[in-house]
Amino acid sequence: MRTVTFTQILRETLAAELRRDPSVFLMGEDIGVYGGSFGVTRGLFEEFGPARVRDTPISEQALTGIAIGAAVAGQRPVIEIMFMDFITLAVDQLVNMAAKLHPIYGRTCPLVIRTPPGGGRGYGATHSQSLERLFAGVPGIKIAAPSNAADASGLLQTAIRDNNPVLFLEHKLLYPQRFDVGDELPKPIPFGRAQTVREGTDVTLVAWSFMTQLARQAAAALADGGIEAEIIDLLTLNPLDIDTVVESAKRTGRVIIVEEGPKTGGFAAEIAAQVFEHASDYLEKPIRRLASPDFPVPSAKNLEAACIPSVPEIVAMARELVEG
Amino acid sequence: MDTFRAYELMLTIRFFEEAIERLFLEGRVMGTAHTCIGQEAVAVGVAAALEPCDAMTTTHRGHGHFLARGADPGRAMAELFGRETGYSHGRGGSQMMMDPSIGFYGANGITGGSIPFAAGLALDAQIRGSRRVTVCFFGDGASNQGVFHETLNLAALWKLPVLYIVENNGYAMSTATSRGLANACIADRAVAYGIPGVRVDGNDFFAVRDAVAALATDMRAGGGPALLECLTYRMSGHSRGDPRVYRTREEEAEARKNDPILRLENGLKQDPAVNDDVLAVHRQVAQARIEEAIRFAETSPLPDPAALQNSLFA
Repeated sequence: MRTVTFTQILRETLAAELRRDPSVFLMGEDIGVYGGSFGVTRGLFEEFGPARVRDTPISEQALTGIAIGAAVAGQRPVIEIMFMDFITLAVDQLVNMAAKLHPIYGRTCPLVIRTPPGGGRGYGATHSQSLERLFAGVPGIKIAAPSNAADASGLLQTAIRDNNPVLFLEHKLLYPQRFDVGDELPKPIPFGRAQTVREGTDVTLVAWSFMTQLARQAAAALADGGIEAEIIDLLTLNPLDIDTVVESAKRTGRVIIVEEGPKTGGFAAEIAAQVFEHASDYLEKPIRRLASPDFPVPSAKNLEAACIPSVPEIVAMARELVEG
Repeated sequence: MDTFRAYELMLTIRFFEEAIERLFLEGRVMGTAHTCIGQEAVAVGVAAALEPCDAMTTTHRGHGHFLARGADPGRAMAELFGRETGYSHGRGGSQMMMDPSIGFYGANGITGGSIPFAAGLALDAQIRGSRRVTVCFFGDGASNQGVFHETLNLAALWKLPVLYIVENNGYAMSTATSRGLANACIADRAVAYGIPGVRVDGNDFFAVRDAVAALATDMRAGGGPALLECLTYRMSGHSRGDPRVYRTREEEAEARKNDPILRLENGLKQDPAVNDDVLAVHRQVAQARIEEAIRFAETSPLPDPAALQNSLFA
C-alpha cells in the first residue's frame, strides 16, 4: 500500500496509458510545461514531448472539434477542459458531433474529456458549476464521476480504452486529497456498475463524485445515532446502474439522492423518477433530493457553503426520513 | 480527372438536386434538404484535384461534394428516402452521411460544424506522417462563426494540412453577403492567420481545379493550411420551401447566364469534335444514373426501428 493524491494517480494513469498506446495523446490549455491548471499533467510534457502533450490556445470549441476529428480517424485523444464551466464553449461539438458519430454515422469516437466540476474553493459562479446535467440528457455521451483515487484510475483507464466519447469528471476538491492505494495501478473498472460503498438497512444515500464523500461522513454520524445508511456511489451516470439503486431502495424503503448542483432539472430528479417507477410499492417514505438551491454558486465562503449540500443537511434529512 | 468525366459529374449533381426538389414537391421525400444547383463546378473542381488518400468534409449543402468525391447516387438517394440502404441507414438524412472508404467525412448540419473536425482529420494525417490533405467546405455564413477563427488560428499554428474552401454563394440563408460580411472578401481573412488566401471564380471548373491542385501541392510539402474562396451563386433556394423573397427573379436570371455547366459546355465545344450530340450522350448517362438511383431508393426496404436498440454506443 501507499498514499497518493487524487492528482497524482490521475497523472500516473495518464502516463501509463500514454506508454501503453501510441494513439493516445493529451490536448488542452496550459497542460504542457505548466502542467495543467490543477497540476494533473505536471511532468508529462517532459516525458512525452509536445506532440503527445499538446498545449492549445484558449479555443475550447476548436480543440474539442479537432480531438473529435482525430478520434474518428483513429487517434485516442484525451482533452482537458480547465474548468467544467468552460465546456459550455465546446457543447456544440460534443452534442452535435461526438454524440452522433456512432448512432447516426456508425463511426467510433474514442475521446475522453477530463474536466473539474464543483464548488468549495470560492472560485465564483463561472468556475464552480456542476454541469453534468447538461450531458446526462444527451444520448451518446458517457459520463464517469469518481469519488476517490482508485476509482478515478480504474474509470479513466476504461474511458481511454472506450470507443465512445466519455466525459470524465474530476471534482476539484478531490485533487489534493490523499488516498491509500495499492503499489500497482488499479485495474480498469467497467462502466455502468454502481458500488455499494457502505451497507445499511435504514436509508439509501445515492451520490457520485465528491458528494459520495459527504454521504460517507453523514453515514458515520448517523451510525452514532443508531441509523444505518447504505451508500451507493454511481461511478458512472451514463451508463446508469439503476438496478443497484432500486435493489437497495427495496430493502431500505427510504432514498435520498445527494447532488451538487441546482435541484431543478438535476440528475437526482432522473434517479428519483426511475426509482419510483421500479420500487414505488416498497417505499416507506417519499424519495428525497438533497441538492443545491436554484442559484448560481456565489463566491463568499459562507454564501458558497449555503449553496452546496453539507454533511449536517444529509444527516438531518436522513433522521427525518427514518425517525419522522 | 478527364474533363468529360467532370462534365458528367456536374450533370449528375445537377440532376440529383433537381430530382430532390421535385421529389419533395411530390411528397415522396420527407424532412429537409439544401440543394447546390449552380455550385457544381466547386464540388467537381475540388474533387478533380484530390488524390484517393485525401479527406473531405462538407456542409449542410453537401450532396454535390459527396457525389463529386465518388458517392453512389443510389445510396445517397436512399438516405434521403429514409431507407435501410442509405449511407446512414436512414438515421442521418440529407445532412449526415459519411463514407471514409472514399475519404468522405460528411457534415453534421450545424453551420461551421465541420471546421474543427476537418482540422482533426488533418492532425491525424500529420501524426501519421501521411501525404493526406483534408479539404473542408463551408459557406460564407459559416465564415462568421467563432469556430472558424479559433480553428484557422490553431491550424496555422500547427501547420495542419487542411484546405479551407469557402463557397461564397452570395447568401447565408436569406442574408446577402453585403449584409453579413464587414469585408466582402473572405479570402482576406487568411492574412490574419498568416496563411495563403486565394479567391477564384467558383463557376469555372478549371480555375477551381487548378487552384486546389496548387494549394494541395504546397500543403503536401509541409506548407500548412490555406483558405480558398470560390465565388459562386446558389441558383436554388436555401432549402425546400424557400420563397426567395430576399432577391429578385431578374437577379436569378442574370446569374443563370453564368451557369457553371453551360460554361464547361462552352469550354468543351472549343474542340471542333465536340458538338451537342456528343454532350447529349453524357447528359443521358447522368440522367439515367439519377433515375436508377431513385428506383433503387424507392424500392429499398425501410430501416427497422428495432435496430436502434443497442446501437447508441460502439
